[in-house]
Amino acid sequence: MSKTTEQVRKSLARRYRAERRFRAYGIISIAIGLAALAILFTDIIGKGHSAFFEHYIKLDITFNEQTLDIEDARDPEQLNYGNYDGIVREALKTRFPEVTERLQVRELSALMSIGAGYELRDLLRENPEWLGTTQTLWLLADDDVDLFLKAGEKGREDSRMSAEQKAWITELEAAGDTERRFNASFFSSGDSREPELAGIWSAVVGSFFTMLVTLCLSFPIGVAAAIYLEEFAPRNRFTDFIEVNINNLAAVPSIIFGLLGLAIFINLFGVPRSVPVLGGLVLTLMTLPTIIITSRASIKTVPPSIREAAMGLGASRMQVVLHHVLPLALPGMLTGAIIGMAQALGETAPLLLIGMVAFIVDIPTGPLDASTVLPVQIYLWADSPEQSFVAMTSAAIMVLLAFLIAMNTLAVVLRKRLERRW
Amino acid sequence: MQTGNLLLLLIVMVALAYYLGHQRSLALARPLGGIRHLHSLPFYYAMRAALWCALPALLILGAWLAFDDTIIRQTVMQGLPDALRPDSDGARGLLLSQIQNVASGSLSPESVDPAIAAAAERLNNLRTTSAMALTVVVIAVGLIGAAWGWVKIAPQLRARQQVESILRVIFMLCATVAILTTVGILMSVLFESIRFFQKVSPAEFLFGLQWSPQTALRADQVASSGAFGAIPLFVGTLLISSIALLVAVPIGLMSAIYLAEYAPSRVRSVAKPMLEILAGVPTVVYGFFAALTVAPFIRGVGETLGLDVASESALAAGLVMGVMIIPFVSSLSDDVITAVPQVMRDGSLGLGATRSETIRKVVFPAALPGIMGGILLAASRAIGETMIVVMAAGLAANLTANPLEAVTTVTVQIVTLLTGDQEFDSAKTLAAFALGLMLFLTTLCLNILALHIVKKYREQYE
Repeated sequence: MSKTTEQVRKSLARRYRAERRFRAYGIISIAIGLAALAILFTDIIGKGHSAFFEHYIKLDITFNEQTLDIEDARDPEQLNYGNYDGIVREALKTRFPEVTERLQVRELSALMSIGAGYELRDLLRENPEWLGTTQTLWLLADDDVDLFLKAGEKGREDSRMSAEQKAWITELEAAGDTERRFNASFFSSGDSREPELAGIWSAVVGSFFTMLVTLCLSFPIGVAAAIYLEEFAPRNRFTDFIEVNINNLAAVPSIIFGLLGLAIFINLFGVPRSVPVLGGLVLTLMTLPTIIITSRASIKTVPPSIREAAMGLGASRMQVVLHHVLPLALPGMLTGAIIGMAQALGETAPLLLIGMVAFIVDIPTGPLDASTVLPVQIYLWADSPEQSFVAMTSAAIMVLLAFLIAMNTLAVVLRKRLERRW
Repeated sequence: MQTGNLLLLLIVMVALAYYLGHQRSLALARPLGGIRHLHSLPFYYAMRAALWCALPALLILGAWLAFDDTIIRQTVMQGLPDALRPDSDGARGLLLSQIQNVASGSLSPESVDPAIAAAAERLNNLRTTSAMALTVVVIAVGLIGAAWGWVKIAPQLRARQQVESILRVIFMLCATVAILTTVGILMSVLFESIRFFQKVSPAEFLFGLQWSPQTALRADQVASSGAFGAIPLFVGTLLISSIALLVAVPIGLMSAIYLAEYAPSRVRSVAKPMLEILAGVPTVVYGFFAALTVAPFIRGVGETLGLDVASESALAAGLVMGVMIIPFVSSLSDDVITAVPQVMRDGSLGLGATRSETIRKVVFPAALPGIMGGILLAASRAIGETMIVVMAAGLAANLTANPLEAVTTVTVQIVTLLTGDQEFDSAKTLAAFALGLMLFLTTLCLNILALHIVKKYREQYE
């Protein structure tokens, strides 16, 4: 055996160890990445799942004419100005007769949500004959009560409510007068300062209008640009310049597009702030590069034989493109558009700069109404000091992620279904 | 008429023009013996009429909407008596918003100067007139265009060529939107930055060590001047981005190597898309995660170790940002590693090298330029990232390299300076645009460099 072979053989064990180590680094790296993903999702779901439920408290409400200051329950004017908080307070006082002191009464009424009053008004509007009667009703609890009831042993001790309030709730709970229900208002109402009344619907609608504007602008423009660059553009400086621009824009930080929207669209063109049209314009400029790049890739996959066959039969260049290349490339373009839309749906930073951070209670009815979008709503809630908003934020994130996952799955399915191998 | 309705009406008119054009071309073809005697198919005659109806009207509509508000406001301001004429931009903005509030009815006309009430009325009048004029002009232009397109239809008309060349021009204009966007970005950040640098010298901005943009309302307040030294912001940005890259580059690179060189195809087909989910998670979600989960966790760990960790530490923001850019690094590296020709691997393996030796000594050096390009792109992404730092990093400028302290970044300052009420002549607002300019230029250089390297590398093996 030669000396070299000897040396190699000796070093083999070390080299194999190095090989195993190297491979382990790779596995560890992937494990870290996947673990981060898992932690992120479990954290969000762990924090957010409780927001899909809220607690109600059973009370015997007396629709007392004097307290309400309503004589005729069919008069909308009187209905609007009724003192509903008063009858809630009275009902609570009847439930806990030992409470008489002013301060304690105030603490007691803090158990119920402000929304309980509005609910009673709506009930009375539907059932005017209830005036003067006593009804057993389930009414929405305050968010602190909700948190207390959802919390475990330790969380209950940490609750910021007073000892008496805790005692009252425990009594209600023991008597079976509290109930956990599905939080439907989370999906149907707009933003609110009260966590138990706040919902994501206005943000979802705002996101919908913004996405609609984005899609209507970016898809046609992106596809047209891709067609021009792939099929018609002469190879010259100008075309190169366009390409450099597109590639660059794809990597420009999104917040820069917000500055553009602020300086050009708002200050120069006078587009109103906070409206989905403006958000859509800004997001269009942001997603265009993605759509152009994917559309071009998709056009490139159409084999030249198709073009040659069409041209051989006498079709013009435009006819070749519009009748043959475009239909064949469309699935790929759609996939790109969906991915671009998913990107735009999750985008927050540029929208902060163009005023889509408003506190929106009303559901927007069109793309010209002031509105906010889902990610911005998440940002606003995340900033909010109320404890309950943590769960609300996580729940809103879950909704946003659900939309994104649905869109991406759709893109994958489309690609699998419609993709052609030539 | 409202713009939305006007657009709908225009669409109806275009459809009508198309239909009539189609009918007319058919009618013209009949005596000749069928459409084969026409120069183009009826579709092109109809399309030509429709385009003549739509394009001029849309152009006018767009231009009108873009500029009418500015012109109306100018007219109203000029109509004001001399005594009220504002002397500064700020006063002008204030006066204008007052007039607008009166005009929209949210401020009662009795509560203000009669001249302002008159101006508000004039504003309303001008707006109504403008809207009416717009409706009339757009409809008239649409009708004239459609009529022209319809009358001109003749068997010899080269309708197809005309329609195709119009389409081609439209396609080209769509492609130039990319250039316009870049120009728009440059203009918006450049002009405001120039105004900023008239108030604050560029040297102070670029090399100053103090950042406190709060300008006082009254001149005699403490710290009324405001300081615009951006160095603490640059350092903060660099600190957080470096932490992010320190996390993302090794993890991303090793994942890419493992996925490209070792992983069986089943593992690869699962792990790769899973990692890419990380890139699809919205940044606001990462921000929430960083601020509410990672930051308190790091603080807790620091406390048990006896360290003083800020609740908005750079470490938390940087770590989470690193997780966010792992997929960028890994998928870009994956592409370049798989692009390295198999013969190079085979050569190395054939000489007796182990797989890891092949990767380290042959594949990695060959892929290095591409990987560097990917890392540069990731760095540009990290520098421009906004939501994570807005939610998880500090607001106060702090010149430090300690990752356990709170620092602020360029993007955080842009957002804080520009959200909420603002007037466009204060140095505070303009500073945001100067920061935007710096950010744009930095990322632009990084991107161009990265794209250049990646492109060059691709050519090498193609």
